[in-house]
Amino acid sequence: MAERIDVRYVATLARISLTDEEVERFGAQLGALLEHVAALGKLDVASVPATAQVVESRNVTRDDVSVPSLDRETVLDAAPHRQGAFVRVPRILTE
Amino acid sequence: MSLSVESTAAEIARAVNARDASAREITETFLRHVDAVDGAVGAYLRVEGELARAVAANVDARVGAGEGLPLAGVPLAVKDNMCLIGTKTTCGSRILENWTAPYTSTAVQRLLDAGCVPIGKTNLDEFAMGSSCENSALGVTRNPYALDRVPGGSSGGSAAAVAAREAAIGMGSDTGGSIREPGAFCNLVGFKPTYGRVSRYGLVAFASSLDQIGPLTRSVEDAALAYDAMAGHDPCDSTSLDRPLERTATALRDNLRGMRIGIVREFSLDKLDAPLRAAYERAYRDLEELGATLVDVALPTADYGIATYYLIAPAECSANLARFDGVRYGLQVAADDVNGMYERTRAAGFGPEVKRRVLIGTYALSSGYYDAYYVRAQKARTLVARDFASAFERCDLIASPATSCPAFALGAKSDPYSMYLMDYYTIPMSLAGLPALSVPCGWVEEGSATLPVGLQLCAPHFAEAVLLGAAHAYERTTRHAGRHAPRLEVRR
Repeated sequence: MAERIDVRYVATLARISLTDEEVERFGAQLGALLEHVAALGKLDVASVPATAQVVESRNVTRDDVSVPSLDRETVLDAAPHRQGAFVRVPRILTE
Repeated sequence: MSLSVESTAAEIARAVNARDASAREITETFLRHVDAVDGAVGAYLRVEGELARAVAANVDARVGAGEGLPLAGVPLAVKDNMCLIGTKTTCGSRILENWTAPYTSTAVQRLLDAGCVPIGKTNLDEFAMGSSCENSALGVTRNPYALDRVPGGSSGGSAAAVAAREAAIGMGSDTGGSIREPGAFCNLVGFKPTYGRVSRYGLVAFASSLDQIGPLTRSVEDAALAYDAMAGHDPCDSTSLDRPLERTATALRDNLRGMRIGIVREFSLDKLDAPLRAAYERAYRDLEELGATLVDVALPTADYGIATYYLIAPAECSANLARFDGVRYGLQVAADDVNGMYERTRAAGFGPEVKRRVLIGTYALSSGYYDAYYVRAQKARTLVARDFASAFERCDLIASPATSCPAFALGAKSDPYSMYLMDYYTIPMSLAGLPALSVPCGWVEEGSATLPVGLQLCAPHFAEAVLLGAAHAYERTTRHAGRHAPRLEVRR
C-alpha cells in the first residue's frame, strides 16, 4: 500500500508552494507515515461499512426562514482587500 | 471564605453568589497573578484585562440583581481556536495572526452566560495539530511543574494556565487527545465529552468528525460544572446532539460500588517504564478498593488507532483548511494571479506540521488513492467503534493510561511520527466518539523533576454523568493532585 508521494504534485492540489528543501523533507516524512499506515492493510474490512457518523445518524434540516446573521460590513471588513461591496483578489482569468 | 488563585471554580462561584466576594476582586487577583507568572509559563497568547474587568463588573451586577450563576466570577482561559467577539482568534497560526473574531462561539458564550470571566486566549499547537504546544507559530508554553518541559497539547496553553493558577477553568478542544494529554501532563482533570455534546459553532475546525470541546480543571467537580454549562443542543451546529442532558455536577459519587471497570488487554502496562507502570497498577488497585470490579476487555483494533486517525484527521483538515486562501480573512501574500496568491499565502501562513497534514490529507483524498487510504481508514474506524461496543457489554467504564510517558522536554520529539505516538491511548476513544477524561493518578521522578501522571477513564456514549461521577470518587479518595505544587518563578 505504501507509495512514494509526488509531493510537488500534491502540494499543487493543496495550493501550497513548497521550497526544494520542503519537498525533500516532507517527502521523506510522508513516506514514513505511509509505511506506518500501511498496517491497515492487515485488517479484513471487505464486509465492513465505512463510518459516516459515530454517535447518531439523522438528517438535519430547519425551516426555510431567514434569521439574523453577521452583517455584510462586518464580513467584508475581515477581508485583506475590499473594494466597496466586494472582496478584491488578483487576476483570475488570463488572456 | 477568603478566595485566592488556589480556589476552585466551585469555591469561587459559591462565594460570589453568596456575595462574600466580588467577581471584580477575584478578577484583579488572577490578573495580578498572571502578570507575575505568565512570563515564565507562556500560557496566554493575549491577556484580555479590559474585557475581563468589564465582564466581571457585569457578573457582579447580575448577582446583585438576584441572579444565581453556576460559575459566578470564575476566571476562564479560552483556547485560541475559539471565537470570542472583538478579540483576536489566531489558532496559533501566522495565517490568522491578525484576525479578530466577529462573533462568539457557543461554548464560550454559554460559560459567559453562566458567570465566567475570560482572562485571555491561550496558546495551542497550530490549528490544534500537535501534542506538545510546540507547533504554535506564536509562542512557547512551558509546563508549570517543570519549566523545561512541554505542557502537552494541543490545548497546552489552557492546561498550563489552569495548572499555574492563572485561571480556574481552561477551555480545550480534543480531536485525538488534545484535552486529555495536556490534562495528564499538567496534573489536571481533562474531559472530552461525547462527540456532539458541546457545540462546535465558533471552534475553528480541524477534523470535524472528531473535534469536541471540553474543560481542563483542577477538580472533577469543576469539570462537571463547566460541562453542565457548556453542553446541549445548538441549532448553529447540526452535529450537536439534540437529546436530553443529565446534570453531572449533582451525580458525583464517593465510591465505585457495583461498577464494572474494563481493563484493556491490548494496553498492557508491561509496555511502560517501571515508575509509570507502578502508578497505573496502583490506580487499578485503588479502583477495586473503591468497590469496582475489574474485568478484562479486548480492543483488538486498538493498535490500528494511530494509523486510522492519521488518515482521517489529515483528510478532514485538508478540506477544512482550504478556506484559508487569503481571500476573505487572514493573511494574504500578493501575487500576479489568484493561484499564485493562494499558494504563497498558504506557504507563508501555515507552519510545517499543518503543511504536512494538509499534504497527507490531500494525498489520501486524491483520485486513485481515496479507496486505499481514506475509505479503508473509515472502515477501520467502524471496527474500532464495534470493539468498544462489545467491551461495554461487559463493563460500565474503561480505565487505561492516558499517556505512555510523563511530560517530555521541550524539543525532545523532533520526528513527527514520534509525536503522533503520544496519542496512542487517547485516539481510539476519539475515533469512536466516546466521552473520556484524564484524572491525576500519581507522580513520577525524572531527573530533578516530579511529574504528574494521568489515568484515563472512558464511558459509553452519553454517559458523562457516570464518567464524572466515578472520576470524582477516585479523585476524592486518592487525592493525588494536591501532593505537589507547580514550580514557578514569580516576577515582582
